[in-house]
Amino acid sequence: MKVPTLKGADISRRDFLRSGAAVATATLAPGVTLMAFGGSEAEAAADAGKRWGLLIDANKCDADCDACVSACSTENGWKGEGNPETDAQWIRKITLQNTSTGREVTMPMMCQHCEEPPCVDVCPTGASFKRVDGIVLVDKHTCIGCRYCMMACPFDARSFIHEPVINQKSHAPRGKGTVESCTLCVHRIDKGGRPACAEACEATGHEAIIFGDLKDPESDISKRLAKFPSVALRPDLDLNPGVRYTNL
Amino acid sequence: MERTIYREIKATRQVWGLAIILAGFVAGSLAAFFYVEHHGHIVTGMNNRIVWGLPHVFAIFLIVAASGALNVASIASVFDQKVYKPMARLSAVIAMALLIGGLVILVLDLGRPDRIIIAATVYNFSSIFAWNLILYTGFLGIVGAYLFAQMSKDVPYATTRKIGLLAFVWRLALTTGTGSIFGWLVARPGYDAAIMAPMFIAMSFAFGLAMFLLLTATLLRLSDRVIGDALMHRLGRLLAVFIAAVLYFTVVRHLTNLYTAEHAGFEYFTLIGGGIYTWLFWLGQVLIGGLVPLALLLLPGFGKSPKTPLVASVLVVIGGFAQVYVIVIGGQAYPMELFPGYEITSGSGLGGIANYSPSLPELALGLGGVAVALLAVGVGTKVLRILPTTLSDANIGQDPL
Repeated sequence: MKVPTLKGADISRRDFLRSGAAVATATLAPGVTLMAFGGSEAEAAADAGKRWGLLIDANKCDADCDACVSACSTENGWKGEGNPETDAQWIRKITLQNTSTGREVTMPMMCQHCEEPPCVDVCPTGASFKRVDGIVLVDKHTCIGCRYCMMACPFDARSFIHEPVINQKSHAPRGKGTVESCTLCVHRIDKGGRPACAEACEATGHEAIIFGDLKDPESDISKRLAKFPSVALRPDLDLNPGVRYTNL
Repeated sequence: MERTIYREIKATRQVWGLAIILAGFVAGSLAAFFYVEHHGHIVTGMNNRIVWGLPHVFAIFLIVAASGALNVASIASVFDQKVYKPMARLSAVIAMALLIGGLVILVLDLGRPDRIIIAATVYNFSSIFAWNLILYTGFLGIVGAYLFAQMSKDVPYATTRKIGLLAFVWRLALTTGTGSIFGWLVARPGYDAAIMAPMFIAMSFAFGLAMFLLLTATLLRLSDRVIGDALMHRLGRLLAVFIAAVLYFTVVRHLTNLYTAEHAGFEYFTLIGGGIYTWLFWLGQVLIGGLVPLALLLLPGFGKSPKTPLVASVLVVIGGFAQVYVIVIGGQAYPMELFPGYEITSGSGLGGIANYSPSLPELALGLGGVAVALLAVGVGTKVLRILPTTLSDANIGQDPL
């Protein structure tokens, strides 16, 4: 397949300037607008009245299933090259063993979309940012590839693109030398959808990943969180992540 | 005591030879840069767990040493020690050169070095990294002004002292910033410690003075100029104090960690079971970079020899590299405690000690940065009147041994 090339910006000058350093949109291929997560357009779609999150039920997660990982990979156009140390891993399946009881649990891990994201604090150019609806993203146009966000992330949730990338998805731009992580499928959310992982998990019948608005007390996720015990990873850091785990 | 005369170094065959060798290293680093730029960081040893590798070890060593190299000038004008005054210009030039060398490495290692203009124009002020960019550029400006003030006949000495004081305060801020790049990483057990900032300042004193001594001795030798034995001895004793300070902060840091159970794992990793990191800590930092040079400088038998401070400086530089390596790479290699009470048995790269093998392009890039710094010092002393015609004890007013 022919690698798409950038062909000029499809925005007004005012929009361009308003987005500050972030070049928000550019035309990836004729008629296809590249959302680069970080300018007026990506921000405009965010609703401050919402806080998107995930609730992951470790009891329902099947150790032999990786539907969420495959779905994310297909949806966002990243794939492993067989080296977990340098591969992009927006979401990964992990298995834990309790050191005293031997009990095993398995679950997916991804960007935890913190309310107080350390990656955003440390990013020198502001390429790491949090939308008003709580989704933490990387502006692919202003990331300089310094990797300080990866040093700061308490969850090892970010990947640095170590190799040239081809066959990118227009809604999930990637670029060698920049950092990336789970976007919570922001392109789907902005159209009223939900993340590919949650959808895929439901399709398998496991329903281990529940997506929803944490600010809406009537949402399924809020009701479950209110009813059953759940945990945030690294609660000692007080980051109030948008991703919660239950039955861990 | 006579008036100090500064003269450019002569471009002898020896000087040209060294310059060509250094230029070779710079060319090597450029080749490494283009190689990595073309293929991506996949051709380096760095990965998603060890995101900062050997180039950063070189860069941080040089940046830390840069602020320390300015100490000689600070001692002269801020603390009014007249003996140090003839070396103040050189101290400023070495400080700027080392910083430039370090920054070159950092920039060339970026995933998108072409976007450096973004880093230079867009600041996220909650980022200590962004603050550092201001501290680095400010350092170059202030030390440049300081050098100008020292060299200009029109600038009154009182003004020079004021600029010197500003440069001294700035350099303390700069090293605080460098240490805080690590100290403020709350999630990682190897960092997350306020002591990083003062420890980095102590490290800068030691590394900077060691680099200053080695470069000064080399330049003087290349240009057939002398340095007094008593002056060398005095600088050596100062180096001993700085080495002791680094050891002190190292002891306090690890004792504090050992006292709290949650840091026991990281301490075991560093002090006992961390393989290369443990070796580099004990053999590299503590023994070669600490106890041995300290003993050489303080023991009556060796201490008086004018060669001893230079030997000690070489050891401090080696130990300093080892120390920065353990801090930068070891701190990343040790895993974060994501799930207390659990062990990650399968995690697609998550959990366990992270692997890292430095690659040739990384080494070439790092050495290139050092070469840039050394070349800058050479060019500075070649084109400017920086180096005194003599640093003999009689000339600078140093009492003989």
